Amino acid sequence: MKHIQTLGNRDYEKSLKHGGCGECQTSCQSACKTSCTVGNQSCENREQTK
Amino acid sequence: MIHKIRDKGFNIIMDINSGAVHVVDDLVFEIVSLMERDSEISDESVCRSLSPEYSENEIIEALEEVRTLIKQKYLFSPDIYKDYAKEFIERQAEEGIIKAMCLHVAHDCNLKCAYCFAGEGEYHGDRGLMDFETGKAALDFLMDRSGSRVNLEVDFFGGEPTMNFDVVKRLVSYGREQEKIRNKKFRFTLTTNGILLNDEILDFVNAQMGNLVLSIDGRKEVNDRMRPTANGLGSSYDIIVPKFLKAAKSRNQTNYYVRGTYTHYNTDFAKDVLHLHDLGFEQISVEPVVCDPSEPYAIQESDIDVLCEQYDILVDEIIKIRKSGGFINFFHFMLDLSGGPCLAKRVKGCGSGTEYVAVTPNGDIYPCHQFAGEKEFLMGNVKTGMDRPDIAKNFSRCNVYSKADCKDCFAKFYCSGGCAANAYHSTGDINSTYKIGCALQRKRLECAVILKAALGDS
Repeated sequence: MKHIQTLGNRDYEKSLKHGGCGECQTSCQSACKTSCTVGNQSCENREQTK
Repeated sequence: MIHKIRDKGFNIIMDINSGAVHVVDDLVFEIVSLMERDSEISDESVCRSLSPEYSENEIIEALEEVRTLIKQKYLFSPDIYKDYAKEFIERQAEEGIIKAMCLHVAHDCNLKCAYCFAGEGEYHGDRGLMDFETGKAALDFLMDRSGSRVNLEVDFFGGEPTMNFDVVKRLVSYGREQEKIRNKKFRFTLTTNGILLNDEILDFVNAQMGNLVLSIDGRKEVNDRMRPTANGLGSSYDIIVPKFLKAAKSRNQTNYYVRGTYTHYNTDFAKDVLHLHDLGFEQISVEPVVCDPSEPYAIQESDIDVLCEQYDILVDEIIKIRKSGGFINFFHFMLDLSGGPCLAKRVKGCGSGTEYVAVTPNGDIYPCHQFAGEKEFLMGNVKTGMDRPDIAKNFSRCNVYSKADCKDCFAKFYCSGGCAANAYHSTGDINSTYKIGCALQRKRLECAVILKAALGDS
Protein backbone atom coordinates (compact mmCIF):
# COMPACT_ATOMS: atom_id res chain seq x y z
CA MET A 1 0.00 0.00 0.00
CA LYS A 2 1.15 3.50 -0.80
CA HIS A 3 -0.62 5.47 1.91
CA ILE A 4 -0.75 2.90 4.72
CA GLN A 5 1.94 0.85 6.36
CA THR A 6 0.75 -1.73 8.88
CA LEU A 7 3.15 -1.69 11.79
CA GLY A 8 1.84 -4.89 13.32
CA ASN A 9 -1.29 -6.96 13.50
CA ARG A 10 -2.03 -9.52 16.17
CA ASP A 11 -5.35 -10.38 14.48
CA TYR A 12 -7.36 -11.19 17.60
CA GLU A 13 -10.12 -12.92 15.66
CA LYS A 14 -7.63 -15.39 14.25
CA SER A 15 -6.19 -15.93 17.74
CA LEU A 16 -9.54 -17.31 18.92
CA LYS A 17 -8.84 -20.52 17.05
CA HIS A 18 -5.88 -21.68 19.14
CA GLY A 19 -5.97 -19.13 21.97
CA GLY A 20 -6.20 -19.54 25.70
CA CYS A 21 -3.60 -22.27 26.16
CA GLY A 22 -2.31 -20.46 29.27
CA GLU A 23 1.36 -21.24 28.73
CA CYS A 24 2.41 -17.60 28.45
CA GLN A 25 3.99 -15.64 31.26
CA THR A 26 1.87 -14.12 33.98
CA SER A 27 2.34 -10.38 33.62
CA CYS A 28 3.15 -9.72 37.27
CA GLN A 29 5.96 -12.28 37.18
CA SER A 30 7.97 -10.22 34.72
CA ALA A 31 8.88 -6.94 36.34
CA CYS A 32 5.85 -4.99 37.27
CA LYS A 33 4.14 -6.18 40.47
CA THR A 34 2.07 -3.02 40.65
CA SER A 35 0.29 -2.75 37.32
CA CYS A 36 -1.17 -4.97 34.65
CA THR A 37 1.03 -5.32 31.60
CA VAL A 38 -0.57 -8.09 29.60
CA GLY A 39 0.03 -6.34 26.29
CA ASN A 40 3.79 -6.63 26.54
CA GLN A 41 3.90 -10.36 27.16
CA SER A 42 4.67 -12.78 24.36
CA CYS A 43 2.58 -15.62 23.05
CA GLU A 44 4.14 -19.03 23.61
CA ASN A 45 1.75 -21.07 21.54
CA ARG A 46 3.39 -22.05 18.27
CA GLU A 47 0.01 -22.72 16.68
CA GLN A 48 -0.81 -19.08 17.26
CA THR A 49 2.02 -17.71 15.24
CA LYS A 50 1.62 -19.98 12.23
CA MET B 1 -13.36 1.23 17.45
CA ILE B 2 -10.17 3.02 16.50
CA HIS B 3 -7.69 5.24 18.25
CA LYS B 4 -5.73 7.92 16.41
CA ILE B 5 -2.37 9.30 17.49
CA ARG B 6 -0.59 12.20 15.82
CA ASP B 7 2.78 12.69 17.45
CA LYS B 8 6.47 13.08 16.64
CA GLY B 9 5.73 13.30 12.92
CA PHE B 10 3.72 10.08 12.80
CA ASN B 11 0.06 9.45 12.08
CA ILE B 12 -0.98 6.24 13.78
CA ILE B 13 -4.30 4.47 13.62
CA MET B 14 -4.89 1.64 16.05
CA ASP B 15 -7.72 -0.72 15.24
CA ILE B 16 -8.69 -1.79 18.73
CA ASN B 17 -10.75 -4.89 17.95
CA SER B 18 -8.28 -6.58 15.61
CA GLY B 19 -4.99 -5.42 17.15
CA ALA B 20 -3.82 -3.94 13.83
CA VAL B 21 -1.73 -0.79 14.08
CA HIS B 22 -1.24 1.32 10.98
CA VAL B 23 1.08 4.19 10.14
CA VAL B 24 -0.70 6.37 7.62
CA ASP B 25 -0.11 9.55 5.65
CA ASP B 26 -2.01 12.78 6.27
CA LEU B 27 -4.58 11.99 3.61
CA VAL B 28 -5.58 8.63 5.08
CA PHE B 29 -5.60 10.17 8.54
CA GLU B 30 -8.15 12.72 7.28
CA ILE B 31 -10.23 10.07 5.52
CA VAL B 32 -10.36 7.85 8.60
CA SER B 33 -11.27 10.84 10.75
CA LEU B 34 -14.22 11.56 8.44
CA MET B 35 -15.29 7.91 8.61
CA GLU B 36 -15.01 7.93 12.37
CA ARG B 37 -17.47 10.80 12.52
CA ASP B 38 -19.79 9.27 9.91
CA SER B 39 -19.43 5.55 9.32
CA GLU B 40 -21.82 5.73 6.34
CA ILE B 41 -19.98 8.51 4.54
CA SER B 42 -19.86 8.07 0.77
CA ASP B 43 -16.73 8.26 -1.35
CA GLU B 44 -18.18 11.34 -3.04
CA SER B 45 -18.58 13.11 0.29
CA VAL B 46 -15.02 12.22 1.25
CA CYS B 47 -13.76 13.66 -2.05
CA ARG B 48 -15.78 16.82 -1.58
CA SER B 49 -14.51 17.27 1.96
CA LEU B 50 -10.85 16.86 1.08
CA SER B 51 -10.75 18.79 -2.21
CA PRO B 52 -8.97 20.81 -3.32
CA GLU B 53 -6.27 20.11 -0.73
CA TYR B 54 -5.85 16.70 -2.32
CA SER B 55 -6.48 15.69 -5.93
CA GLU B 56 -9.43 13.42 -6.68
CA ASN B 57 -7.09 10.68 -7.94
CA GLU B 58 -5.11 10.77 -4.72
CA ILE B 59 -8.23 10.61 -2.61
CA ILE B 60 -9.69 7.70 -4.59
CA GLU B 61 -6.40 5.79 -4.33
CA ALA B 62 -6.20 6.33 -0.56
CA LEU B 63 -9.87 5.46 -0.15
CA GLU B 64 -9.30 2.14 -1.89
CA GLU B 65 -6.59 1.29 0.59
CA VAL B 66 -8.82 2.23 3.51
CA ARG B 67 -11.74 0.23 2.13
CA THR B 68 -9.43 -2.77 1.66
CA LEU B 69 -8.44 -2.69 5.34
CA ILE B 70 -12.07 -2.36 6.39
CA LYS B 71 -12.96 -5.37 4.24
CA GLN B 72 -10.12 -7.36 5.81
CA LYS B 73 -11.48 -6.34 9.25
CA TYR B 74 -8.25 -4.55 10.14
CA LEU B 75 -9.91 -1.15 10.40
CA PHE B 76 -13.18 -0.30 12.14
CA SER B 77 -13.46 -3.99 12.97
CA PRO B 78 -16.32 -4.96 15.27
CA ASP B 79 -15.97 -6.26 18.81
CA ILE B 80 -17.14 -9.86 18.42
CA TYR B 81 -15.52 -11.28 21.54
CA LYS B 82 -17.97 -10.75 24.39
CA ASP B 83 -19.63 -14.19 24.19
CA TYR B 84 -16.30 -15.91 23.57
CA ALA B 85 -14.85 -14.16 26.61
CA LYS B 86 -17.75 -15.19 28.83
CA GLU B 87 -17.49 -18.81 27.76
CA PHE B 88 -13.70 -18.88 28.07
CA ILE B 89 -13.75 -17.27 31.51
CA GLU B 90 -16.43 -19.66 32.80
CA ARG B 91 -14.49 -22.65 31.47
CA GLN B 92 -11.29 -21.38 33.06
CA ALA B 93 -13.02 -20.83 36.41
CA GLU B 94 -14.39 -24.36 36.31
CA GLU B 95 -10.94 -25.84 35.56
CA GLY B 96 -9.44 -23.89 38.46
CA ILE B 97 -5.92 -24.19 37.08
CA ILE B 98 -3.13 -22.35 38.90
CA LYS B 99 0.14 -21.89 37.05
CA ALA B 100 1.96 -19.00 38.68
CA MET B 101 2.93 -18.29 42.24
CA CYS B 102 4.48 -15.42 44.10
CA LEU B 103 6.29 -17.21 46.90
CA HIS B 104 6.89 -14.99 49.91
CA VAL B 105 9.84 -16.79 51.40
CA ALA B 106 10.55 -13.94 53.79
CA HIS B 107 8.19 -11.55 55.48
CA ASP B 108 11.09 -9.60 56.75
CA CYS B 109 13.30 -6.99 55.15
CA ASN B 110 16.62 -5.25 55.58
CA LEU B 111 15.41 -1.98 54.09
CA LYS B 112 12.65 0.31 55.35
CA CYS B 113 11.12 1.48 52.10
CA ALA B 114 8.48 4.11 52.83
CA TYR B 115 6.09 2.97 50.10
CA CYS B 116 6.35 -0.78 50.68
CA PHE B 117 2.94 -2.40 50.22
CA ALA B 118 4.34 -5.20 52.33
CA GLY B 119 4.58 -2.87 55.34
CA GLU B 120 8.39 -3.11 55.45
CA GLY B 121 8.16 -6.80 54.77
CA GLU B 122 5.58 -7.82 57.34
CA TYR B 123 2.40 -7.67 55.23
CA HIS B 124 0.14 -6.68 58.11
CA GLY B 125 1.35 -9.68 60.11
CA ASP B 126 4.36 -10.94 62.00
CA ARG B 127 7.85 -11.06 60.64
CA GLY B 128 8.73 -14.54 59.53
CA LEU B 129 10.66 -16.78 57.17
CA MET B 130 9.16 -19.63 55.18
CA ASP B 131 10.48 -23.06 56.15
CA PHE B 132 11.41 -25.59 53.51
CA GLU B 133 8.45 -27.87 54.21
CA THR B 134 5.97 -25.04 53.63
CA GLY B 135 7.78 -24.01 50.44
CA LYS B 136 7.76 -27.61 49.25
CA ALA B 137 4.03 -27.85 49.99
CA ALA B 138 3.55 -24.66 47.96
CA LEU B 139 5.36 -26.10 44.94
CA ASP B 140 3.41 -29.35 45.30
CA PHE B 141 0.18 -27.34 45.50
CA LEU B 142 1.14 -25.47 42.34
CA MET B 143 1.99 -28.64 40.44
CA ASP B 144 -1.17 -30.38 41.68
CA ARG B 145 -3.35 -27.50 40.56
CA SER B 146 -1.60 -26.87 37.23
CA GLY B 147 -3.51 -29.44 35.18
CA SER B 148 -2.04 -29.74 31.72
CA ARG B 149 0.04 -26.54 31.97
CA VAL B 150 3.72 -27.21 31.43
CA ASN B 151 5.21 -23.80 32.18
CA LEU B 152 4.95 -22.90 35.84
CA GLU B 153 6.23 -19.64 37.26
CA VAL B 154 7.52 -19.05 40.73
CA ASP B 155 8.76 -15.66 41.89
CA PHE B 156 10.79 -15.70 45.09
CA PHE B 157 9.54 -12.57 46.74
CA GLY B 158 9.37 -10.90 50.10
CA GLY B 159 10.03 -8.91 52.11
CA GLU B 160 13.51 -9.70 51.01
CA PRO B 161 13.96 -13.29 49.76
CA THR B 162 17.75 -13.34 50.08
CA MET B 163 17.22 -13.26 53.88
CA ASN B 164 16.05 -16.86 53.44
CA PHE B 165 18.22 -17.93 50.55
CA ASP B 166 19.05 -21.43 51.77
CA VAL B 167 15.36 -22.26 51.52
CA VAL B 168 15.24 -20.67 48.04
CA LYS B 169 18.09 -22.94 46.92
CA ARG B 170 16.46 -26.04 48.36
CA LEU B 171 13.14 -25.18 46.74
CA VAL B 172 14.74 -24.64 43.34
CA SER B 173 16.46 -27.99 43.69
CA TYR B 174 13.16 -29.64 44.64
CA GLY B 175 11.41 -27.98 41.71
CA ARG B 176 14.08 -29.14 39.24
CA GLU B 177 13.77 -32.67 40.54
CA GLN B 178 9.99 -32.66 40.29
CA GLU B 179 9.75 -31.08 36.84
CA LYS B 180 11.36 -34.15 35.33
CA ILE B 181 9.00 -36.49 37.15
CA ARG B 182 5.85 -34.48 36.47
CA ASN B 183 6.59 -33.05 33.03
CA LYS B 184 6.60 -29.47 34.22
CA LYS B 185 8.95 -26.61 33.56
CA PHE B 186 9.62 -24.18 36.38
CA ARG B 187 10.54 -20.62 35.57
CA PHE B 188 12.03 -19.06 38.64
CA THR B 189 12.42 -15.36 39.31
CA LEU B 190 14.12 -13.61 42.20
CA THR B 191 13.06 -10.11 43.22
CA THR B 192 15.66 -8.55 45.49
CA ASN B 193 16.69 -5.25 47.02
CA GLY B 194 20.32 -6.30 46.58
CA ILE B 195 21.57 -5.64 50.10
CA LEU B 196 22.64 -9.26 50.61
CA LEU B 197 23.39 -10.02 46.97
CA ASN B 198 26.80 -11.66 46.69
CA ASP B 199 28.73 -13.84 44.23
CA GLU B 200 27.34 -17.05 45.63
CA ILE B 201 23.74 -15.90 45.31
CA LEU B 202 24.38 -14.40 41.87
CA ASP B 203 25.99 -17.59 40.56
CA PHE B 204 23.03 -19.59 41.76
CA VAL B 205 20.51 -17.15 40.28
CA ASN B 206 22.32 -17.06 36.95
CA ALA B 207 22.34 -20.85 36.77
CA GLN B 208 18.74 -21.35 37.81
CA MET B 209 16.57 -18.32 37.33
CA GLY B 210 15.12 -17.05 34.09
CA ASN B 211 14.55 -13.58 35.44
CA LEU B 212 16.09 -11.36 38.08
CA VAL B 213 14.37 -8.22 39.33
CA LEU B 214 16.65 -5.71 41.04
CA SER B 215 14.94 -2.98 43.04
CA ILE B 216 16.36 0.53 42.70
CA ASP B 217 14.52 3.80 42.14
CA GLY B 218 17.05 5.81 40.15
CA ARG B 219 19.08 8.82 41.25
CA LYS B 220 20.82 8.44 44.59
CA GLU B 221 18.80 11.07 46.42
CA VAL B 222 15.54 9.69 45.01
CA ASN B 223 16.42 6.10 45.87
CA ASP B 224 17.69 6.79 49.36
CA ARG B 225 14.75 9.00 50.31
CA MET B 226 12.25 6.18 49.81
CA ARG B 227 14.57 3.19 50.28
CA PRO B 228 16.54 3.89 53.48
CA THR B 229 18.54 1.20 55.22
CA ALA B 230 16.89 -0.56 58.16
CA ASN B 231 19.03 1.26 60.71
CA GLY B 232 18.87 4.56 58.87
CA LEU B 233 22.63 4.63 58.40
CA GLY B 234 24.43 4.71 55.08
CA SER B 235 23.04 4.77 51.57
CA SER B 236 21.26 1.77 50.09
CA TYR B 237 22.11 3.18 46.65
CA ASP B 238 25.84 2.98 47.40
CA ILE B 239 25.48 -0.60 48.59
CA ILE B 240 23.43 -1.93 45.70
CA VAL B 241 24.63 -0.13 42.56
CA PRO B 242 27.95 -1.98 42.19
CA LYS B 243 26.24 -5.30 42.88
CA PHE B 244 23.46 -4.63 40.40
CA LEU B 245 25.91 -3.59 37.70
CA LYS B 246 27.80 -6.80 38.22
CA ALA B 247 24.56 -8.78 38.08
CA ALA B 248 23.45 -7.10 34.84
CA LYS B 249 26.81 -7.74 33.23
CA SER B 250 26.91 -11.34 34.40
CA ARG B 251 23.54 -11.91 32.71
CA ASN B 252 24.78 -10.32 29.48
CA GLN B 253 22.34 -7.43 29.94
CA THR B 254 19.34 -9.70 29.38
CA ASN B 255 16.78 -11.55 31.50
CA TYR B 256 16.84 -9.04 34.31
CA TYR B 257 15.29 -5.69 35.16
CA VAL B 258 16.35 -2.89 37.39
CA ARG B 259 12.96 -2.00 38.73
CA GLY B 260 12.09 1.28 40.38
CA THR B 261 9.08 3.02 41.80
CA TYR B 262 8.35 6.67 41.18
CA THR B 263 6.19 8.74 43.52
CA HIS B 264 4.80 12.24 43.93
CA TYR B 265 8.30 13.19 45.14
CA ASN B 266 9.94 12.48 41.78
CA THR B 267 7.43 13.31 39.11
CA ASP B 268 10.48 14.04 36.95
CA PHE B 269 11.12 10.29 36.91
CA ALA B 270 12.43 10.25 33.32
CA LYS B 271 15.67 11.49 34.90
CA ASP B 272 15.72 8.37 37.06
CA VAL B 273 15.22 6.07 34.10
CA LEU B 274 17.98 7.83 32.21
CA HIS B 275 20.21 7.81 35.27
CA LEU B 276 19.85 4.04 35.48
CA HIS B 277 20.78 3.82 31.82
CA ASP B 278 23.76 6.13 32.34
CA LEU B 279 24.93 3.84 35.13
CA GLY B 280 25.07 1.00 32.63
CA PHE B 281 21.71 -0.77 32.83
CA GLU B 282 19.83 -1.68 29.68
CA GLN B 283 16.68 -3.40 31.02
CA ILE B 284 14.75 -0.86 33.02
CA SER B 285 11.32 -0.74 34.60
CA VAL B 286 10.23 2.29 36.62
CA GLU B 287 6.62 2.37 37.69
CA PRO B 288 4.17 4.59 39.57
CA VAL B 289 3.77 3.94 43.28
CA VAL B 290 0.56 2.29 44.39
CA CYS B 291 -0.47 3.28 47.90
CA ASP B 292 -3.13 4.85 50.06
CA PRO B 293 -4.09 8.12 48.30
CA SER B 294 -3.64 9.99 51.59
CA GLU B 295 0.11 9.25 51.72
CA PRO B 296 2.20 12.35 50.97
CA TYR B 297 4.12 10.48 48.27
CA ALA B 298 0.96 9.16 46.53
CA ILE B 299 0.52 10.07 42.88
CA GLN B 300 -2.23 12.67 42.60
CA GLU B 301 -4.57 13.28 39.68
CA SER B 302 -2.89 16.68 39.35
CA ASP B 303 0.40 14.85 38.62
CA ILE B 304 -0.92 13.08 35.54
CA ASP B 305 -0.05 15.77 32.96
CA VAL B 306 3.50 16.11 34.28
CA LEU B 307 3.95 12.33 34.32
CA CYS B 308 2.67 12.03 30.77
CA GLU B 309 5.26 14.62 29.69
CA GLN B 310 7.91 12.44 31.32
CA TYR B 311 6.87 9.49 29.19
CA ASP B 312 7.16 11.76 26.13
CA ILE B 313 10.66 12.76 27.21
CA LEU B 314 11.54 9.10 27.59
CA VAL B 315 10.38 8.32 24.06
CA ASP B 316 12.61 11.09 22.68
CA GLU B 317 15.59 9.95 24.73
CA ILE B 318 15.12 6.26 23.89
CA ILE B 319 14.99 7.12 20.19
CA LYS B 320 18.23 9.10 20.56
CA ILE B 321 19.95 6.28 22.42
CA ARG B 322 18.82 3.59 20.01
CA LYS B 323 19.64 5.63 16.91
CA SER B 324 23.11 6.38 18.19
CA GLY B 325 23.85 2.67 18.54
CA GLY B 326 23.08 2.29 22.23
CA PHE B 327 20.41 0.12 23.77
CA ILE B 328 17.73 0.64 26.36
CA ASN B 329 14.59 -1.35 26.96
CA PHE B 330 11.92 0.35 29.05
CA PHE B 331 9.57 -2.32 30.34
CA HIS B 332 6.38 -0.31 30.08
CA PHE B 333 7.06 0.52 26.44
CA MET B 334 7.49 -3.12 25.48
CA LEU B 335 4.90 -4.12 22.96
CA ASP B 336 4.74 -7.09 20.64
CA LEU B 337 2.25 -5.93 18.05
CA SER B 338 2.21 -9.10 15.97
CA GLY B 339 3.17 -11.82 18.43
CA GLY B 340 1.65 -10.68 21.70
CA PRO B 341 -0.95 -12.49 23.75
CA CYS B 342 -4.07 -14.02 22.23
CA LEU B 343 -7.47 -12.46 22.75
CA ALA B 344 -8.32 -14.86 25.59
CA LYS B 345 -5.41 -13.54 27.62
CA ARG B 346 -6.12 -9.92 26.73
CA VAL B 347 -9.67 -10.19 27.96
CA LYS B 348 -8.84 -11.85 31.24
CA GLY B 349 -5.75 -10.00 32.42
CA CYS B 350 -3.13 -10.99 34.96
CA GLY B 351 -5.00 -13.96 36.42
CA SER B 352 -4.73 -12.85 40.05
CA GLY B 353 -6.82 -15.02 42.32
CA THR B 354 -7.33 -17.58 39.59
CA GLU B 355 -4.24 -18.84 37.75
CA TYR B 356 -1.88 -16.67 39.83
CA VAL B 357 -1.67 -16.65 43.63
CA ALA B 358 0.66 -15.50 46.38
CA VAL B 359 1.76 -17.70 49.27
CA THR B 360 2.97 -16.28 52.59
CA PRO B 361 5.66 -17.79 54.87
CA ASN B 362 3.11 -19.87 56.78
CA GLY B 363 1.55 -21.17 53.55
CA ASP B 364 -1.50 -18.92 53.41
CA ILE B 365 -2.81 -18.32 49.92
CA TYR B 366 -3.89 -14.90 48.68
CA PRO B 367 -5.03 -13.73 45.22
CA CYS B 368 -1.72 -11.92 44.65
CA HIS B 369 1.19 -10.35 46.51
CA GLN B 370 -0.68 -7.06 46.88
CA PHE B 371 -3.46 -8.73 48.89
CA ALA B 372 -1.13 -10.74 51.15
CA GLY B 373 -2.10 -10.32 54.80
CA GLU B 374 -5.56 -8.89 54.08
CA LYS B 375 -7.63 -11.48 55.88
CA GLU B 376 -10.78 -10.97 53.85
CA PHE B 377 -8.78 -12.24 50.87
CA LEU B 378 -7.30 -15.32 52.58
CA MET B 379 -8.16 -18.16 50.20
CA GLY B 380 -6.70 -21.14 52.04
CA ASN B 381 -3.36 -22.72 52.85
CA VAL B 382 -1.03 -24.82 50.72
CA LYS B 383 -1.05 -27.54 53.38
CA THR B 384 -4.81 -27.79 53.73
CA GLY B 385 -6.04 -26.54 50.38
CA MET B 386 -8.42 -23.83 49.21
CA ASP B 387 -11.31 -23.19 51.55
CA ARG B 388 -12.67 -19.97 50.03
CA PRO B 389 -13.57 -20.86 46.42
CA ASP B 390 -15.85 -17.83 46.41
CA ILE B 391 -12.78 -15.55 46.34
CA ALA B 392 -11.40 -17.24 43.22
CA LYS B 393 -14.86 -17.01 41.70
CA ASN B 394 -15.03 -13.27 42.32
CA PHE B 395 -11.60 -12.77 40.77
CA SER B 396 -12.49 -14.94 37.80
CA ARG B 397 -15.25 -12.46 36.98
CA CYS B 398 -12.80 -9.56 36.52
CA ASN B 399 -12.37 -8.93 32.84
CA VAL B 400 -12.52 -6.26 30.18
CA TYR B 401 -16.27 -6.73 29.69
CA SER B 402 -17.16 -6.62 33.36
CA LYS B 403 -15.68 -3.16 33.91
CA ALA B 404 -17.77 -0.24 32.71
CA ASP B 405 -14.74 2.04 32.32
CA CYS B 406 -13.07 -0.37 29.90
CA LYS B 407 -15.93 -0.45 27.41
CA ASP B 408 -14.80 2.52 25.34
CA CYS B 409 -11.12 2.55 26.29
CA PHE B 410 -8.60 2.04 23.49
CA ALA B 411 -6.14 0.39 25.88
CA LYS B 412 -8.51 -2.35 27.04
CA PHE B 413 -6.85 -5.20 25.14
CA TYR B 414 -3.38 -4.12 26.33
CA CYS B 415 -3.94 -3.70 30.08
CA SER B 416 -6.82 -6.18 30.10
CA GLY B 417 -8.87 -4.29 32.63
CA GLY B 418 -5.94 -3.33 34.82
CA CYS B 419 -4.75 -4.46 38.20
CA ALA B 420 -7.42 -5.83 40.57
CA ALA B 421 -5.39 -4.79 43.61
CA ASN B 422 -5.05 -1.21 42.40
CA ALA B 423 -8.78 -1.12 41.69
CA TYR B 424 -9.60 -2.51 45.12
CA HIS B 425 -7.26 -0.24 47.02
CA SER B 426 -8.50 2.87 45.24
CA THR B 427 -12.24 2.11 45.04
CA GLY B 428 -12.97 -0.87 47.33
CA ASP B 429 -14.02 -3.00 44.34
CA ILE B 430 -11.77 -5.46 42.49
CA ASN B 431 -14.03 -5.16 39.48
CA SER B 432 -13.51 -1.43 39.19
CA THR B 433 -10.61 0.59 37.76
CA TYR B 434 -7.87 2.78 39.20
CA LYS B 435 -8.29 6.01 37.28
CA ILE B 436 -4.76 7.39 37.68
CA GLY B 437 -3.34 4.05 36.60
CA CYS B 438 -5.64 4.03 33.57
CA ALA B 439 -4.52 7.50 32.45
CA LEU B 440 -0.86 6.51 32.70
CA GLN B 441 -1.48 3.18 30.99
CA ARG B 442 -3.10 4.91 28.03
CA LYS B 443 -0.17 7.31 27.74
CA ARG B 444 2.38 4.49 27.92
CA LEU B 445 0.57 2.58 25.20
CA GLU B 446 0.60 5.59 22.90
CA CYS B 447 4.29 6.08 23.60
CA ALA B 448 5.04 2.42 22.94
CA VAL B 449 3.33 2.57 19.56
CA ILE B 450 5.10 5.78 18.59
CA LEU B 451 8.39 4.20 19.59
CA LYS B 452 7.68 1.21 17.36
CA ALA B 453 7.01 3.55 14.46
CA ALA B 454 10.07 5.68 15.12
CA LEU B 455 12.45 2.74 15.48
CA GLY B 456 10.92 0.89 12.56
CA ASP B 457 10.55 -2.38 14.42
CA SER B 458 7.47 -4.36 15.25
